[in-house]
Amino acid sequence: MLTDRRRTLTLLGCIVILALGAAWIDLPSNPGIHIHLGPINIDRNIELRRGLDLQGGLQVLLEADLPSDETVDPGAMKATRAIIEQRVNGLGVSEPLIQLSGSRRIIVELPGIEDPQRAIETFGETGLLEFIDAGRSFLPPGTVVTTTEEVAAPTPIVPTLTVTPTTELGTPSPEPTVTGTEEVTGTPTAVITPTLPSEPEEPVFETILTGRHLVGATSGFGDLGLMEIHFELNDEGAALFEAYTRTHVGQLMCIVLDKEVVSCATINEPIAGGGVRITREGGFSAEEAESIVIRLRYGALPIPLRVETNRTVGPTLGEDSLQKSMIAGAVGLSIVVVFMLLYYRFPGALADVALVIYAAVVLALFKLIPVVLTLPGIAGFILSVGMAVDANILIFERMKEELRAGKGLRLAVEQGFSRAWPSIRDSNFSTLITCAILFWFGSYFGASIVKGFALTLGIGVIVSMFTAIIVTRTFLRLIIDLDVVRHHRWFGV
Amino acid sequence: MFDTVGKRYWFYLISAIVVVPGLISLILFGLNFSIDFTGGSILELQFEESVVAQPAELKELFGEFGFGDTMVQSSQGGIFLIRSKTLDPETKAAIQEQIVERFGSYTELRFESVGPTVGGEVQQRAYLVVAMAAVAILIYISFAFRHVTNPVRYGACAIIAMVHDIFVVVGLASIFGVLYGWEVDALFLTALLTVIGFSVHDSIVVFDRIRENSRRYAGLPVEDIVNHSIIQTLDRSINTQLTVIFTLTALLLFGGITMRSFVLTLLIGIISGTYSSIFNASPLLVEWERRPDLLLYALSLLVPPVGLGVGLFVWLRGSEKSRPWARGCLVAAAIGAVCMGLLLVLRGVIL
Repeated sequence: MLTDRRRTLTLLGCIVILALGAAWIDLPSNPGIHIHLGPINIDRNIELRRGLDLQGGLQVLLEADLPSDETVDPGAMKATRAIIEQRVNGLGVSEPLIQLSGSRRIIVELPGIEDPQRAIETFGETGLLEFIDAGRSFLPPGTVVTTTEEVAAPTPIVPTLTVTPTTELGTPSPEPTVTGTEEVTGTPTAVITPTLPSEPEEPVFETILTGRHLVGATSGFGDLGLMEIHFELNDEGAALFEAYTRTHVGQLMCIVLDKEVVSCATINEPIAGGGVRITREGGFSAEEAESIVIRLRYGALPIPLRVETNRTVGPTLGEDSLQKSMIAGAVGLSIVVVFMLLYYRFPGALADVALVIYAAVVLALFKLIPVVLTLPGIAGFILSVGMAVDANILIFERMKEELRAGKGLRLAVEQGFSRAWPSIRDSNFSTLITCAILFWFGSYFGASIVKGFALTLGIGVIVSMFTAIIVTRTFLRLIIDLDVVRHHRWFGV
Repeated sequence: MFDTVGKRYWFYLISAIVVVPGLISLILFGLNFSIDFTGGSILELQFEESVVAQPAELKELFGEFGFGDTMVQSSQGGIFLIRSKTLDPETKAAIQEQIVERFGSYTELRFESVGPTVGGEVQQRAYLVVAMAAVAILIYISFAFRHVTNPVRYGACAIIAMVHDIFVVVGLASIFGVLYGWEVDALFLTALLTVIGFSVHDSIVVFDRIRENSRRYAGLPVEDIVNHSIIQTLDRSINTQLTVIFTLTALLLFGGITMRSFVLTLLIGIISGTYSSIFNASPLLVEWERRPDLLLYALSLLVPPVGLGVGLFVWLRGSEKSRPWARGCLVAAAIGAVCMGLLLVLRGVIL
């Protein structure tokens, strides 16, 4: 008996801690979690994330613009997603969501965006960006050229460069790595020249780099006060570029987007380290520089995409619905609380306390996970309040039956819980099955509203099983142990 | 003690009265699918000044861009709702430019566009989702009730009650679609699946009691056990129902207008779910025990090909004793087929 009571008290302690923790997380002014302990660094802002329907915004479903029978390379799709994320971050949206959906779709959600049209244009561009070897001929912007780069094919230069035998120069280092750039000097020319086009009428230009070698691009004023363009290459690109520029000083290199020349520039000196400056006599105009930078930065997606689904919600509509739903939730919850109190009296009051803990825990989970709250999500939450109460109703009805059958209070309480359990378990499990199926369906075509509903209802069902059973039972046991409740009338019998 | 099981045919009749109009509407008018399922675009905009744009003029403008079957609705405050085939970004920009040029500037309240392929896929997926939910629940119930004799019957009866609730909700959507222009969208599907979940939830609660009572009162007739179980769980059913009704009604009255149809669908579906679990699912267990032939006739009536197949098979292969069964199936199938045929003809006349 003593151990039983001790267990009950331990449980009560856990419940109190949990409730307080949940309440702390629920505080609107919660500062978030910031822990800095040696190697452990945790920085989490805890806040309720509102979905598109609640704060307005844009949701776009992008689909690979390839023939439907063509399989899409998952790696390339991932890279595309990352690039879109980069572009979206450039837009300055607070909580963008960019995720893969199936094998050939990407969902982009931009809450609170002001100019959806421009946003779509930003990540809708699907150019193939190349840097080509133009030799000594200047190609005016707009010229359509043929290059050696095929879509998604590896750059032909890569093997020639990496294969370059370092031993030829008598260097002791046997490592044929790309980073050993000193040794590479001069050798590529001999290898590359034979591959240059022999047909003068239809020149095929050598692609030196493509957009996937590019890390970033900016424009700015150089030493002479002229507008220049800077761009950063990744390690592979930097190595290729250095090798190339070393042998082509004084020649022209052109930026080509979708086989159309954007701009040509002269190589002034060999460039190492991956940072590149493009200058022009007289400098670029600010507009021109900006346009080139944007194309450099946003020009290249490994997989072309098209906008398949597009939803824009104005912010005023959402704000209004949020307030109304909150009021509705509060009203609904209060009616349930009063009803439980009136009908089940004493245990009803305990169930109400459990219900409040339930609401606090669920809200805390929403903030922690975080669950993006949508209107149907709120509906799901409110609906799950009904479920939470249902478990208690099942138990209390059972308790009343046992009491009416003449059993003692303690026994009636224990049997109420144990006998109601199978029906609570089975019925909630069937609801969880539906939630899982709904969630899967919602993920499939990016219906975040459906997903939000399934998630909140599912979380609600799971938490409600805990609060309605563990929490209420602990309270009831404790109070019966204290021996203050004697009359069956208190149980509504 | 109230004899629910004894009056079960009355309760079946009530169900039929609720379900049949919806079914008729469904066959005659079908469902008003939203762009989630069909693909297309919705543009909702509000003109800033008191603009004299007429719906017909906007429709004409869309027509010039090759969107002839565009529908334009106007409401107070210069708000226009324009439904068209899927607009690609370029066309949309061009049309918007034209709108500003001809009618003045406006605010875009909402724009939704779903590609036709996605719409079609979603529709397929939706049927799949409902079917999957049904199968998963059937499997789960059969598993949860595996220690009872005939566990599959419990699953099947829960599914029949579930189908009843699906018909109620979908029929309602069809009728309201005709009357008030309600649309079947992703949110509706969500409501439908929730109703399915709750319907089964309720059935399981009653079944659980039947499961327990059949162990305790093993000798008693099945009618008494089922009826007793229903009465025992009635308080719970009503109270749970009440709490859900309270919360949903609060949502309906105080919640935003965007969710109104969603909440109403949920409310009606959940009430139907409780009704069907008490007055259909549980008595059907008795029916299966006492008059399984009636279940077969009902199935034949609703799905005539099944009735025809079963009827012919039993007639040709079965013994002399099973002849009346076969006849019943065939008659029910014939009645069902004639009714549906008439409705389809009527549908042809209407369209």
